[in-house]
Amino acid sequence: MPIRASMLAALLLTVLFIASPTVKADDLKDISQLVNQGQDTQALDRVNSYLSGHPGDVQGQFIKGVILAELNKPNDAIKIFSGITEKHPELPEPYNNLAVLYADQGQYEKARRALEQAIKTHPSYATAHENLGDVYAKMATDAYDKALQLDKNNTRTQTKLAMVKELFSSSGRPLPVVAKTETPTKVATATPAPVLEAPAKPVVTPAPPVAPTPSPVAAPEPAKSVVQPVSEPAKPAKDKAEPASAASVHEQKVAVEEAVQGWAKAWSAKNVDGYLAYYGTGFKVPNGDSRHAWEKSRRERISAPASIKVELSGIKIKMDDDGNRATVSFHQSYRAGEVAKRTSKSLVLKKGGSKWFIEQELTDR
Amino acid sequence: MKQRKHLFQLGGLAALIAVVAIPLSWNAKAFDFGGLSFGRSTHALPALPVIPRDTEGLLVKSLLEITQGQTHAALDTLDEVLRIAPNFKLAHLVRGDLLMAHAREINGFGGAPDASSEAISDFRAEARVRLERYLSRQNDENIPQYLWQLDREQQHVIVVDTSKSRLYLYRNDNGKPQYVADYYVTVGRNGTEKWKEGDKRTPLGIYVAGTQLPQKKLPDFYGAAAYPLNYPNEWDQHQGKNGHGIWLHGTPSNTYSRPPRASDGCVVMTNPDLKALAPILQNGKTPVVIVQGPQTATSEQLSAEKDDLMHTLEAWRQAWESQDSERYLAHYAQDFFGPGRNFDSWAQEKRRIQAAGVPAKITLSNVSVFRYPDDARQMAVVNFDQDYKSNNLNNQMRKRQYWVLENKHWKILYEGAA
Repeated sequence: MPIRASMLAALLLTVLFIASPTVKADDLKDISQLVNQGQDTQALDRVNSYLSGHPGDVQGQFIKGVILAELNKPNDAIKIFSGITEKHPELPEPYNNLAVLYADQGQYEKARRALEQAIKTHPSYATAHENLGDVYAKMATDAYDKALQLDKNNTRTQTKLAMVKELFSSSGRPLPVVAKTETPTKVATATPAPVLEAPAKPVVTPAPPVAPTPSPVAAPEPAKSVVQPVSEPAKPAKDKAEPASAASVHEQKVAVEEAVQGWAKAWSAKNVDGYLAYYGTGFKVPNGDSRHAWEKSRRERISAPASIKVELSGIKIKMDDDGNRATVSFHQSYRAGEVAKRTSKSLVLKKGGSKWFIEQELTDR
Repeated sequence: MKQRKHLFQLGGLAALIAVVAIPLSWNAKAFDFGGLSFGRSTHALPALPVIPRDTEGLLVKSLLEITQGQTHAALDTLDEVLRIAPNFKLAHLVRGDLLMAHAREINGFGGAPDASSEAISDFRAEARVRLERYLSRQNDENIPQYLWQLDREQQHVIVVDTSKSRLYLYRNDNGKPQYVADYYVTVGRNGTEKWKEGDKRTPLGIYVAGTQLPQKKLPDFYGAAAYPLNYPNEWDQHQGKNGHGIWLHGTPSNTYSRPPRASDGCVVMTNPDLKALAPILQNGKTPVVIVQGPQTATSEQLSAEKDDLMHTLEAWRQAWESQDSERYLAHYAQDFFGPGRNFDSWAQEKRRIQAAGVPAKITLSNVSVFRYPDDARQMAVVNFDQDYKSNNLNNQMRKRQYWVLENKHWKILYEGAA
């Protein structure tokens, strides 16, 4: 399921701390901790008894919904979240979680409507935007599947059909979203522990502003690594023909690709320092800016979006004759909140010691 | 930000649809929807309201809505299409594109990743012909020009224009064709001008849709019904064309329509469309003229040709009545053919019979005349009831002649029973 589930956890915290008076908060914190430790059954007991003392408490209800989802009782969870949305239509999070549950059941229309509600209440709610994108992608895939299953009576199209089906289903063509790092359907487990220890003071709504990247023309785009085998390097079998050099070129290419994937991974993880570390001292800063100014702007751009996903595909590596420089070209798919871009890019990397550093970054226009 | 992205993406989709619609010079900017004109030279159409709310009309409406940036309206329209025709794959594809455009930037029409390019270009072709139908003139005046005169048996006539993947239905209004409706059709995978068995081409020519084939024996593949066409006709056979089983038939149950070029030579309609034609096709006599675009001659030329032919037909009748063999035989082409005959054997027999000089009274009635769709030769097919009365023969028959225009004179190329 493409839908980001970890946000349920984040939400849980959001709701917890938005308006929680201290006494209640202690109880709920304990329950959350139980959830966090995977002790869902105990957590459910606790939350039920909590709710009998605080009937209609929205935070308690919300946690209960999350726990039920965790316990793989989606219909019960849906009931809970629906109830919350009826009483508190102003809260986006229950809508969002409803959408996740609906989407899990393949009810994308319902999921879409729920997310649209969430966005209606909070237009800048990044998670809902992102989830909505995923729901749309899933609906689109369903529509494409319906479009492309062809006449079975026709032998010619039958072959075509079989092929298409395979590409869609069995080979698991990664939906743009599937390749996310989050654990798929789990709901609350990812609750970051440290936050629980945090004081009960209301955390300023963590729901971050949606992708504030100013212009879509933003310079280099972020990306995330798709697990992709080295782009068809010289096959080992053939290497035997020219033993030494071919094999070492192959090794070099692997190292170059690792560097490029690492760069994309750091970008996706919003690990700015890690990301910047891939740029060598000789990096040609675009537009003649100073390195300092460039780093500052990269830092801002990468920090701004709630999440970034960079995927590289079609990677081609060309080694220079001396083996110290490589030109890597690829398609980059960048996604941050509402911003999605595909670009063709080339990186020129130079070997420094045992590592490879980016010397030039070129976006094909 | 959100707004911006969507505008950008849909701009791409809209431009693509514009490209789909018009092969060459059009781009998204050529559409001026604000001014309700589609920019194609003189035949500007009023915008959406004229499009009928049938399946195809709604699909077209959704495509136009996309080019106008009305994506929510387009989605609603597509949902309506799919309620009527749940198996309309092209509609699913466009819907997929629209949805995907909400999720991420799409690269254009048929954004389904990993779909075979063949499948996508099939869909694109279908979208194009369906859209073009609405962006061009509503009725193509050139098409009925193949139908010079209808006889009273021919209550309806069908013309299939393979160049537009379109089937036009005309009714007989005192011998003149009156447009009734038109429908999307699929023709041969390899195009037209069928020549031999298995070439997966659709024949060009004049045929008759025979009585419906027994439904029970038909596999699902042929859909709601199947009507055999009499390919190869007399002229086809004379030219050595072969193959058989060219039918007008429906669509398998798993799809609403098939791509414009996908059949083994048959003319394929959607099942709802074919069912609409069923009462007309029921008599097993409906002429089906299969053409590739309009004739190149101007309508003045065609009208003059037609008048010439009608005069020549009358002159032939009179020559025959007079039993003047040379005058009579002057109406026959040198490469004349008839059932088992060529010009010489025909001339020999006619001279022998007519030598007796027995006067005859010959009347032709119930005459139909079709211009024959043949690129190489100017031809026409004439059908009539012939009443031959003389002292030693009294004979009525339905006759068919193929006429050919040679050096500006119409000559009989074929003559036989219809």
